[in-house]
Amino acid sequence: MTATMPETGAAPGSGESDLIEVEDLKVYFPVRAGIFQGQIGTVKAVDGLTFEIRRGETLGLVGESGCGKSTTGRALIRLREPTEGTVRFDGIDLVKLKPEALRKMRRRMQIIFQDPYGSLDPRMTVGSIISEPIDTHHLASGAAKKQRVADLLRIVGLDPTYISRYPHEFSGGQRQRIGVARALAVEPEFIVCDEPISALDVSIQAQVLNLLTDLREQLGLTYLFIAHDLSVVKHISDRVAVMYLGKIVEIGPPDIMYANPGHPYTRALLSAVPVPDPVLERKRKRVILKGDVPSPVNPPEGCRFHTRCWLYEQLGQPEQCRTIDPPVRILQGDHGAACHFAEQALQSDVGVSHIEMTPVRRGTPEAALRAIRPELAGAMSESQTVDVAETVIGGPPVGSEDGDGTGGDGTSAPATGDASASTAADDEASTTGSSDDRTT
Amino acid sequence: METSDDAAMDEAPTIIEVSPDDARRVHVPVETPTSRPRGAEKLLKVTGLSTHFFTPDGVVQAVDDVSFDLGYGETLGLVGESGCGKSVTALSIARLVPDPPGKIIAGEIVFDGIDVLKLNDDEMRVLRGKEIGFIFQDPLTSLNPTLTIGYQIAESIREHMGLSSNAATDRVVELLAKVGIPRARDRLKDYPHQFSGGMRQRVMIAIALSCDPKLILADEPTTALDVTIQAQILELIQRLSDEFHTAVLMITHDLGIAAGMCDRVNVMYAGRIAETGTVDELFERPRMPYSWGLLDSLPRLDDVRGERLRTIEGLPPILIEPPDACRFEPRCRFARDRCREKEPELTLRGDTLHAARCWATQPDGWIP
Repeated sequence: MTATMPETGAAPGSGESDLIEVEDLKVYFPVRAGIFQGQIGTVKAVDGLTFEIRRGETLGLVGESGCGKSTTGRALIRLREPTEGTVRFDGIDLVKLKPEALRKMRRRMQIIFQDPYGSLDPRMTVGSIISEPIDTHHLASGAAKKQRVADLLRIVGLDPTYISRYPHEFSGGQRQRIGVARALAVEPEFIVCDEPISALDVSIQAQVLNLLTDLREQLGLTYLFIAHDLSVVKHISDRVAVMYLGKIVEIGPPDIMYANPGHPYTRALLSAVPVPDPVLERKRKRVILKGDVPSPVNPPEGCRFHTRCWLYEQLGQPEQCRTIDPPVRILQGDHGAACHFAEQALQSDVGVSHIEMTPVRRGTPEAALRAIRPELAGAMSESQTVDVAETVIGGPPVGSEDGDGTGGDGTSAPATGDASASTAADDEASTTGSSDDRTT
Repeated sequence: METSDDAAMDEAPTIIEVSPDDARRVHVPVETPTSRPRGAEKLLKVTGLSTHFFTPDGVVQAVDDVSFDLGYGETLGLVGESGCGKSVTALSIARLVPDPPGKIIAGEIVFDGIDVLKLNDDEMRVLRGKEIGFIFQDPLTSLNPTLTIGYQIAESIREHMGLSSNAATDRVVELLAKVGIPRARDRLKDYPHQFSGGMRQRVMIAIALSCDPKLILADEPTTALDVTIQAQILELIQRLSDEFHTAVLMITHDLGIAAGMCDRVNVMYAGRIAETGTVDELFERPRMPYSWGLLDSLPRLDDVRGERLRTIEGLPPILIEPPDACRFEPRCRFARDRCREKEPELTLRGDTLHAARCWATQPDGWIP
């Protein structure tokens, strides 16, 4: 939206570019007990959220279990009835929609669930799972429908011949792809991704994450991406909102926010994320929060985080933290935080001193090669991109003593070919590489 | 609440701030000569361990010819994805592999000079209760919901340390205070459901430590927990293992946890150790494409945003009659004919603690 976030893919500008506008959204659940199930309390799962999601943007929503992030996602597409507040989708107030109108609107918004095992009916074939929403919305029938299902499978990277298989025949990652295909079947504009990769193994997570990124670009989708993993959210989101006990405590573009968080909770969260680098791990300054998240039935007065807040302690327990609930304040551009002492939080070095953005990761083939074979690494300047460095290894050896067998095709598949290909063509590059090898 | 600093920390909802200097020194395993038997320089030596599962579909070679050792007071990571055999390795050490269908078919496990596979059931029970502590992923299912916390912790103390019931209670209170449970004496009569996930995991750690074990097997101890609670538990395990000089076998899928906690790391893939090394070597100079793939495919906090993740295509192999080929070869970007013809051995890479199972990164390979 401003010059501070040049990478944001979202359409910049006025409120008209907002696809979703949320105002003072509250979702409460009654707590019942006793034989007459009398209400004894209220879980304030979501307690007054105001934010917008711009067209084409991915808004990440992070927080710990029970902070209300999933409830927010469901309330946004009215899978949960909001207790108060408005949710406008493309200018239309969803909360006031009648059932039939809402059903029509559902075509424009979909959800992908966390559990790839529980969210697919085990007795339905992949074909019927994906065609169900097409039937519901009368989008296609007969051969056209079949063609469409096959297309959808191809889009999510599954073999269209799998159409008559059952969910149990697929791995977790493949099932999640089926879930994505089902969501895409009605050509939605907006998808709520509710922890879509949390149940998957590391190497499979990356595959699904890349798929979601590709689809967003190809189909111009808008995402609400809910996750508990700050690294994942940073990777995919244009803006990130951090939730704590039913409220947004900080929101902003991840590059800015992660480098300099304005809320003590965000700092604590960031400092708690393990980084796969022992050197960084040793350097970092951690804040370890004491205790658990308080109950949302009876959240603390004033700022909800003050009972666990390190800054509150550091500043000598100022009274306003206990009495006044701070609203989200804009700190700079798109970056806002709900803390009375956000300025002090910004100045702290807690939690983020370890985050140095590096184009080449430690421990990757490129970095490893540089450490092991400096003479090869000399050929790569520091400023070169990962792809180029990658090519030196991925492709045939460049000017190395290893000439056995690959020399012939080695020159015909030179570094330039792979380097000019974008990172997106990575798969292709790797298959090219291995088929070259097989021919020798 | 004996230890004053613990008690103080319980009261104030503040922070433990760890300065960069002492945040995590590389703890070179300090060896206390008194605590080890003559002749054994390692606490745990696993040699050629193979644990197979005899299923109707065939024999699954869940763990196949795995060898490693663990020094006194050392923290060793076992890292890998689901099904790579890391948990089965730990269960084999404790001889807790469900039989049938599982069976340790080969190998030797020497714990503190004792040949574990030769012990009878009673001796094994003593070893498990006294010398080896366990922390599992899910604290709710590993605690008995019908017994009080106090009883469950005291159980193994009475059994293995022969303390009177009063002395055992005192010990339980001391342990609970150590693991950071406030008002420990008041909570002895509480049941597991009255504790939060993080608190239950603290109780599990208290049980694991109750008899001063020499080794803690921690199987994904923080996977079910939120990230701030995870940080608490990891800090606790690290602090206590230093204090009691307990060795830890840390089983995790999270490379970040391994990087922060471990002295050495074994990367497992498809029932084998794919690479092993000191934590610095392994993360700085990994020499196996699977390790590269793992490190490459992780979204990271220090990423430059917008870069596409490099993935490991495909899926891990099925471990029924695997061919004599590199098990990672079907997914490897760097594979050549040699990888398909014969499985590479785990061979050293310069540093004496660093070894990898890869033709390509051997001295005569194509990524030497």
